[in-house]
Amino acid sequence: MEQTIENTRLTNGYSNSNGNSNGEKTDSMTPEKATWRNKVGLAEMLKGGVIMDVVNAEQARIAEEAGATAVMALERVPADIRKDGGVARMSDPAMIREIMDTVTIPVMAKCRIGHIAEARILEAIRDSKGDRGVDFIDESEVLTPADEQYHLYKHDYKVPFVCGCRDLGEALRRIGEGAAMIRTKGEAGTGNVVEAVRHMRTVMGGVRRIRTMDEAELMTEAKNLGAPYDLVRYVWQNGKLPVPNFSAGGVATPADAALMMMLGAEAVFVGSGIFKSGDPAERAKRMVDAVTFWNDPEKLVEVSTNLGEPMVGIDIRQLDEKDLLATRGW
Amino acid sequence: MSEPGKLAYKIKIGVLAMQGDFDAHCKTVEDAGGYPFLVRTPQEIVSADGLILPGGESTTIGKLLVRYGLDKALKEAHSSGTPVYGTCAGMILLAKRIESGAERGGQTTLGLMDITVARNAFGRQVDSFESDILVPEIDEKEPFRAVFIRAPIITEAGPSVNILGCVQDKIVVARQGNLLVSAFHPELTNDGRMHRYFLNEIVRPSLTER
Repeated sequence: MEQTIENTRLTNGYSNSNGNSNGEKTDSMTPEKATWRNKVGLAEMLKGGVIMDVVNAEQARIAEEAGATAVMALERVPADIRKDGGVARMSDPAMIREIMDTVTIPVMAKCRIGHIAEARILEAIRDSKGDRGVDFIDESEVLTPADEQYHLYKHDYKVPFVCGCRDLGEALRRIGEGAAMIRTKGEAGTGNVVEAVRHMRTVMGGVRRIRTMDEAELMTEAKNLGAPYDLVRYVWQNGKLPVPNFSAGGVATPADAALMMMLGAEAVFVGSGIFKSGDPAERAKRMVDAVTFWNDPEKLVEVSTNLGEPMVGIDIRQLDEKDLLATRGW
Repeated sequence: MSEPGKLAYKIKIGVLAMQGDFDAHCKTVEDAGGYPFLVRTPQEIVSADGLILPGGESTTIGKLLVRYGLDKALKEAHSSGTPVYGTCAGMILLAKRIESGAERGGQTTLGLMDITVARNAFGRQVDSFESDILVPEIDEKEPFRAVFIRAPIITEAGPSVNILGCVQDKIVVARQGNLLVSAFHPELTNDGRMHRYFLNEIVRPSLTER
């Protein structure tokens, strides 16, 4: 059975059509805002694109000019968070607002895992036209978690959320809480794609495994994954996650970006990889080209040629357990 | 559905695949009885009976069209009679004029349809919404459940433009000859009526004229 976006919001107690979140009946001609379809719909619009980390308006402009589908506004890219240490928090609303005023593409921002107040602030920020809210919130392991037990209940917000995951169970738990987009975590700020590959392989492998299961096996699978049963069932029926599945964490070259698309990513986040490289404007453009033409090796030769210095990478095996960002979140 | 023993010609619809929800369009075209394929090069444009410009980020898609030389190819295809359907970002790309609100970030357009478009006309993402809208030209009784995502509207339409649907008194569906635009996304609701209309009422008749 083919499912539409509408009936993927299974774990939530109320229906989306012709009723608001209080369960009151509304007229079908009355605009109904921030529905599940609206949230997942924006993620659909970002497919096949590159979302770039930017720390100021100038970088946001470069990203938009290069063809980014969205920018992630943050004060420090993950490579600097890793270098500086300390607690990483939500960015100053002033810098986020400046970026909202600079570009016409969607603007995302990060809040700490479980930080309800930061999320509400990002939802309430207004741009200079008076329009409200960043367009997507990343409840991100790249920042220092505020709650080590609970993630946000994301269905409660008007802004859609993206969350990181390392495996299928984590992905489905986040979707159960209301994430409208999933990104595999990778290991942010390393310029090393190996963890991104591991996480994408794990998620896609998990999906393929469920597809081949007998119906009787699904409940045990849900128990083993620690995932909501109805979402496991969705994966079994549709052979994919109920929301778009993007890739992040360690993507540094056009070839890395193309690799993630080949492994099943539907779009790519690039953090430190662009503005920590030799020629950010050119690299940003080539990343975009690589994601559009990921299936065309000749084009990939072209976009990989004479690109200059990528960011310096870190061998994950040299990192201490405490330095890993991907292990934050559960 | 073709009759038994009779092979119907499947209309070939090229779906622009720079970026955006092109997969959802392909699925809807297939459900509507067409043969969808992805378009990323000028050569691929030529073999299409009809073209779809999907939803996505109009700024991004506009820039990529120019970078890959597809803007010229799309204009040529249109002038040789190929019908084009644009949803959301696709509608912006087809417009002749963009409202002056677009002072930030240059928006490339193909300038094919005699309409003025205002981008993000309802606000940012938190103001994205869905609503029922009636498009009598396509279905007199049953409204579309229209999903608007950071959606544009048409603020001005030339005399040759046929206004097909409005929401909150704003124009969101229109047709000019073999150009069709909608500010919402029928491809996201498994609603094949808009695509069937495009295939059967616009693309199919155009095949004999070309």
